[in-house]
Amino acid sequence: MVAVFREEHGRLLASLAGRFGDLDLAEEVAADAIEAALTRWPVDGVPDRPGAWLLTTARRKAIDRLRRDQAYAARLAALHLEAERATAPAPSLDGELPDERLQLFFTCAHPALAAEDRAALTLRCLAGLTTPEVARAFLVPPATMAQRIVRAKRKIRQARIPFRVPGLDELPERLPGVLQVIYSIFTEGYAASAGPDLQRPALAGEAVRLARILRRLMPAEREVAGLLALMLLVHARRDARTGPHGEPVLLGDQDRARWDRSMIDEGRGLVVAALTGGPPGPYGVQAAIAALHGEADDVASTDWPQVVKLYDVLLGLTPSPVVAVNRAVAVAMRDGAEAGLALLDGLAGEPRLRGHHPYPAARAELLARLGRRGEAAAAFREALDLAGTEPERAFLRHRLADVAPDPPDRV
Amino acid sequence: MKYMLLIYSATVEPGCEGPEDPATFEEWMAYDKAVHEAGIHVSGHSLADLTTATTVQVAGGERSVTDGPFAETREILGGYYVIDVPDLDVALDWAARCPGSRGGGAVVVRPVAEF
Repeated sequence: MVAVFREEHGRLLASLAGRFGDLDLAEEVAADAIEAALTRWPVDGVPDRPGAWLLTTARRKAIDRLRRDQAYAARLAALHLEAERATAPAPSLDGELPDERLQLFFTCAHPALAAEDRAALTLRCLAGLTTPEVARAFLVPPATMAQRIVRAKRKIRQARIPFRVPGLDELPERLPGVLQVIYSIFTEGYAASAGPDLQRPALAGEAVRLARILRRLMPAEREVAGLLALMLLVHARRDARTGPHGEPVLLGDQDRARWDRSMIDEGRGLVVAALTGGPPGPYGVQAAIAALHGEADDVASTDWPQVVKLYDVLLGLTPSPVVAVNRAVAVAMRDGAEAGLALLDGLAGEPRLRGHHPYPAARAELLARLGRRGEAAAAFREALDLAGTEPERAFLRHRLADVAPDPPDRV
Repeated sequence: MKYMLLIYSATVEPGCEGPEDPATFEEWMAYDKAVHEAGIHVSGHSLADLTTATTVQVAGGERSVTDGPFAETREILGGYYVIDVPDLDVALDWAARCPGSRGGGAVVVRPVAEF
């Protein structure tokens, strides 16, 4: 799909899906309408109201299709009439399309769908990625992804998952699910769980784009601001996070001149919005931590006491051993490696850290800092067994060689 | 759109304590009343104890009748409602209100197939 139409595509799809209650039909006629635009607009000129033109064209295509397929039409008719009755859209004054993408966000992230399918549907319907592109994003074969998307769309249609924005009373329960979908897309782009590359900036960029759309649609939701801020502040470091051979560069060793300053500034502004006017949420707090790194010239001048305090708040909001590992590393920066190591050792045996390679890697770094080379080497080996991407494994092998006197025979 | 709410209760091992928050008879009565008053009730029954169940299978024209099944899984079907509501979100709300969703029980929501 041509890049210019990607934004229009999401809006168009949202309007049509809400109207028909059927994502398949909406997708098909949205694609038809965009194809028509690509043929007609260069000849006839771009219409005054491109969005309305696309919607009218798509609806005409839908009627054509329903005339061809009577059985489908009969099944759809009931849905259609009820949907139209329930959500008659208010025509906006200037005749442009109302932005109905918010309901599509909530449908794609509906808790009745499999967690793995929510991100795939969101990328496909709201970011406008093709099925092969979504498959690449999750490192699965295109046919597998196509099946998953078909299954998810069938459940939406057959179980009648509605296209609606949850009421204010439901939002605290439903909004975190939407944010989680966007953040899971971001983390897969920021720290790929497997594959040849450590990070895939284009995928992380898609997540940022989705969060920007959501921020425009829900300007009053502080956690939406927090999520966007967090992703901008982390994404700002993308060029400095990998070395010339694709190897990871730790925060302390990154060339901060290569951080994206305008993205950091935008993120810092959003942190203020995320933390003002009510109790903080987990994304807002994580964004505040990322902002402290973004403000510091180097590791030594980072406000570690404040970082530790924010991790305390975060642990209170989302008790998680992964957060506890990050907090221990911050404590090591504030109080010394010994203190951090004691906290890390206290997490040993935690089932949720099993298979989490940053845990043994963090232990290894602190052991190395304390000069306990043998133990550091053992911990690096443990991390090496668990790391999912080749650049990470190369980096850990390198660190292992730094602390181990003899080349290990296992790697 | 019609949905069946299948109400599963957790089996209690002999000698073990029951669920922490068991639903009372009054709560079931109140829920049943609410389902009727909302005008969404299609049908619904609670089932007698699983020890009264009998299984019938016909293979090659032969009828086989056996006692049971006995609870092999942790949760057993104790009853159901069929409700008629606009969409899944509304059905899920009614499932969450059902006393059977608490105290270790679960309510499975399944759309009724339309042909």
